[in-house]
Amino acid sequence: MTNEVSPPVTLTAAPSSGRMSQFTEFWFYFSVNKGAVIGLVTLIFLVLVAILGPFIAPHAPYEQFRESLLTPPAWQEGGNSTFLLGTDAVGRDLLSRLIYGARFSLFIGLIVVTLSMVTGVILGVLAGYFRGWVDALIMRIMDIILAFPPLLLALVLVAILGPGLFNAMIAIALVLQPHFARLTRAAVMSEKNREYVVAAKLAGAGHIRLMFKTILPNCLAPLIVQGTLSFSNAILEAAALGFLGMGAQPPTPEWGTMLAEAREFILRAWWVVTFPGLAILITVLAINLVGDGLRDALDPKLKRS
Amino acid sequence: MFRYIASRVLLLIPTFIGISFVAFIFIRLLPGDPIIALAGERGMTPERHQMLMEQFGFNRPIWEQYFSFLWNIFHGDFGTSIASKRAVLADFLSLFPATLELSICAMLFAVIIGIPAGIFAAVKRGSIFDQLSMGIALVGYSMPIFWWGILLIILFAGILHWTPVSGRMDLVYFFKPTTGFMLIDSLISGPKGAFKSAFSHLILPTIVLGTIPLAVIARQTRSAMLEVLGEDYVRTARAKGLAPKRVIGIHALRNAMIPVITTIGLQMGLLMAGAILTETIFSWPGIGKWMIDAIAKRDYVVVQGGLMLVALIVMTVNLIVDLLYAVVNPRIRVK
Repeated sequence: MTNEVSPPVTLTAAPSSGRMSQFTEFWFYFSVNKGAVIGLVTLIFLVLVAILGPFIAPHAPYEQFRESLLTPPAWQEGGNSTFLLGTDAVGRDLLSRLIYGARFSLFIGLIVVTLSMVTGVILGVLAGYFRGWVDALIMRIMDIILAFPPLLLALVLVAILGPGLFNAMIAIALVLQPHFARLTRAAVMSEKNREYVVAAKLAGAGHIRLMFKTILPNCLAPLIVQGTLSFSNAILEAAALGFLGMGAQPPTPEWGTMLAEAREFILRAWWVVTFPGLAILITVLAINLVGDGLRDALDPKLKRS
Repeated sequence: MFRYIASRVLLLIPTFIGISFVAFIFIRLLPGDPIIALAGERGMTPERHQMLMEQFGFNRPIWEQYFSFLWNIFHGDFGTSIASKRAVLADFLSLFPATLELSICAMLFAVIIGIPAGIFAAVKRGSIFDQLSMGIALVGYSMPIFWWGILLIILFAGILHWTPVSGRMDLVYFFKPTTGFMLIDSLISGPKGAFKSAFSHLILPTIVLGTIPLAVIARQTRSAMLEVLGEDYVRTARAKGLAPKRVIGIHALRNAMIPVITTIGLQMGLLMAGAILTETIFSWPGIGKWMIDAIAKRDYVVVQGGLMLVALIVMTVNLIVDLLYAVVNPRIRVK
């Protein structure tokens, strides 16, 4: 760290009336990126589908129509309009299961990101603010977590905790958490010696206030971007765990678990394999598009150019 | 430079202790009686239980158990598999070439396509090629690779019959493994057609495993190039009349590659640690499949030893990447 003379910063003192113009500015930069807008629209659509699931799904996700096993999608020969995307091996409606699956995936993403972000940010702020042995201890623990391949570590944790959706979420949150800690630590360290922090300290602000009210709000931009990335990562990892039989258990309509169940039919019924994977891909892609847009809109380096 | 190396190596010691502690504590955290979990036997007599307790050393104080665990590791003893009764290290070493061969191929695939695509996209910023390739890269980056693998199997193995479905080699070919790399072994000592078989078995797993590294490398190369192309020294090089090819190929590329090389190294470390999903889908007999099988079979000694070995690989590769980074980027050393 060098003792560079930082320009007089008035970032923190943004009056509340400026909040609207801040948002307008953000939207200006965000909407330049067409992909990001497409991603956002898709994501909103998916969220609506997830919320309205029980009202729009044509059938119950667990209901088995024994007389129509492995019915192809409606547009293919042998399909019918009762089951738009066809049925699976025990006669459950694929479309309804995909709709319910959206609830699982978005819920998983939300919980995992919240868990890993909260713990990671707290650890990162502590490490970056106090430095010294606190920093060394926290960062070595993060190094240890990062020394294991993420999916393997998640699998081992699930082996300890027992397979299931809830345990899978905890495992994934733990695996994703070091990224937040590292990022927060770096951001806090670069903000810590700025004049506004020194001023707040002189004004008598305590450690907790300095850490979480003075410094943290100015470190949010990279954290928001990392949050979106982790959101999509969490969905992918949860689906991977489900696929390997260590995540959500059948008959839960989780997309990865559905894929695992469908594996033996890959050469007989393309739809049972194709659609769950496509659902994962579209969701993750939409979130990543939004993430790219957020990065462009929040990165001051890119703004100036 | 020596000081930098020394400090990097010293930092590994706490990480190593932490990793070994995680691997050590793992078996003790399993729900239920660890002896039953380890031995995998039902209806054990108390005498047998007591015997196993002594055999695994659970009757000794916990710190003594940890130190004997460390002691064994330093002597190359990572335990013995309950299922196969073979030493964990021996199993690991016999399977590692398969994983290494696949990860080298996947990384070559990613680098050979990713870097030129990234450079070209940056140079032609905003062009159709730029938008298209970066769009594809984002799709690749978002790909659930277990599904991607299945799709490729359906198309190329199921419908077109261009490639085999899974495995490393057709069963009709049999030859002595010398290096453990099928591509090399089949060339040295294999019968006619063995190399072709090894090669065709590698194609789909290589694509599947290489997809995400490819997307990451292409995106990173592009953004690193864009950043460098805006620098003053590139403008100077242009201003003094150097040919655009020379400016891009020499002045810009050399600096833009620094972060990309780091990414390649870190990705390589993770790939070498075993591609669980890819190896599972293609029944590739490597470290990833070995680990997931051990977890499924509750062969916890293998999981413990494998966890330790895998973390050691990642740690070593990351150290090498860090040191190489300091070699190519002198700014790091001074700090």
